[in-house]
Amino acid sequence: MTVTATFARDFPTERDSGCPFDPPAEYTELRAQEGTASLACPVGVEARVVSRYADVRAMLGDPNLSSHAAPSTHVVAGGLLDRPVAPGSLLNMDGPGHARLRRLLTPEFTVKRIQAMRPYIQGLVDDHLDALLARTGPVDLVRDFALPIPSLVICELLGVDYADRDRFQEQTAVLIGTNSDPAALEQANLEVVGFMTQLVLTKLAAPGDDLLGRLIVRARESGQELSVEELVTLGITLLIAGHETTANMIGLSTLALLRQPDQLAALRADPGLAGTAVDEMLRYLSIVQFGVLRQATGDVTIGDETIKAGEWLVAALSAGNRDESVFPDPDRIDLKREATAHLAFGYGIHQCLGQQLARVELQEVFARLHQRIPTLRLAVPFEDIEFKNDALVYGVRALPVTWDGENR
Amino acid sequence: MKVRIDVDACVGAGQCVLAAPDVFDQRDEDGMVVLLLEDPPSHLEAATEHAALLCPALAIVVDR
Repeated sequence: MTVTATFARDFPTERDSGCPFDPPAEYTELRAQEGTASLACPVGVEARVVSRYADVRAMLGDPNLSSHAAPSTHVVAGGLLDRPVAPGSLLNMDGPGHARLRRLLTPEFTVKRIQAMRPYIQGLVDDHLDALLARTGPVDLVRDFALPIPSLVICELLGVDYADRDRFQEQTAVLIGTNSDPAALEQANLEVVGFMTQLVLTKLAAPGDDLLGRLIVRARESGQELSVEELVTLGITLLIAGHETTANMIGLSTLALLRQPDQLAALRADPGLAGTAVDEMLRYLSIVQFGVLRQATGDVTIGDETIKAGEWLVAALSAGNRDESVFPDPDRIDLKREATAHLAFGYGIHQCLGQQLARVELQEVFARLHQRIPTLRLAVPFEDIEFKNDALVYGVRALPVTWDGENR
Repeated sequence: MKVRIDVDACVGAGQCVLAAPDVFDQRDEDGMVVLLLEDPPSHLEAATEHAALLCPALAIVVDR
């Protein structure tokens, strides 16, 4: 019989190693100890924290786990663990209902489909670099580069008017904050739902050649018509997941590379390195910083341990991505590393649907930004950069940069 | 090498197509996996095994 300690240690949320790119130091300890650790989470429950690479994969691949709670609810004090799953909420569904929706959406995100968008994305990156170079620094690279590029791409894909971006960018920041005021959360949610409902109703009346339009037609033609509520929830999920994560990756990885001049020089000398570089930075930064929460619906085996139905589990993605048994010298950025098997997109049936789009956007940014602005550098001391320690997706709030006059 | 796929398990992440584009593709209608080569030539074996390792749904089985 196992006796659970009365006073569980707290789930680590502080980046306390001294390097703002490293996950909490406690993860190193958790990976080394036997089994999983039961830790007290801010939401008010204890969860088994799974920190080794192989265990995270075993956990997220297990069919006896439910995703019904929102992915990082464990770190949200006052977060709701038993909220009913909204129809169309891809991230929170399990089983056949989830598979049906995922299959309706997947044709939009295949490797082939996303490759076809590459020239458009290249053009977008170049246009933004032209606009930056027409100015003199300092500029905020987040506001003028990292955020607009993925926002434009997802707007184009979904059929959202980019002029409406303020209506979702600000709300997104509130929705993914861990300390957002409940009233502000409610308000942001209402606004995003209102905005998306309008859009969905327009598309339902006249489905055009954009993701939502094609989705409506595909569902109708296969006899699985989607309700307004399902379409609204799906649309919001794609809109938020489509711009916030990639924007944070652009800002944060640019900063991390500016701090690693040897790696940056290698990328500048050979933009062909962008392919492996993107997966390595995804691994190294693991921006879904608190990992993902699941609940066991039956017995789940992790290593030698059996976890019973009802127990909560956290897959600590950032911990698994620093597992030295899989990624030697894991705290080092090595842009030549073959890191595609990283956990930054998750694992199992919920692995990121938009991962190919994210890769292509990041590859084009990595290949072009430092080529065209080789003298890019921080315009403020590193210590002044503010990190999103209280957001479910890690990043920098702003990235003031500058460069020398002569650039391409 | 013999490759088998489980289309019912597939989640269309596309990892296999990136890893071994000569061996795997995705269906246009639902993005699910298509096996192009059941018996890949030796120069594609490493990439095929890597694709099987990457698959988040364990939908690729490689027999040697």
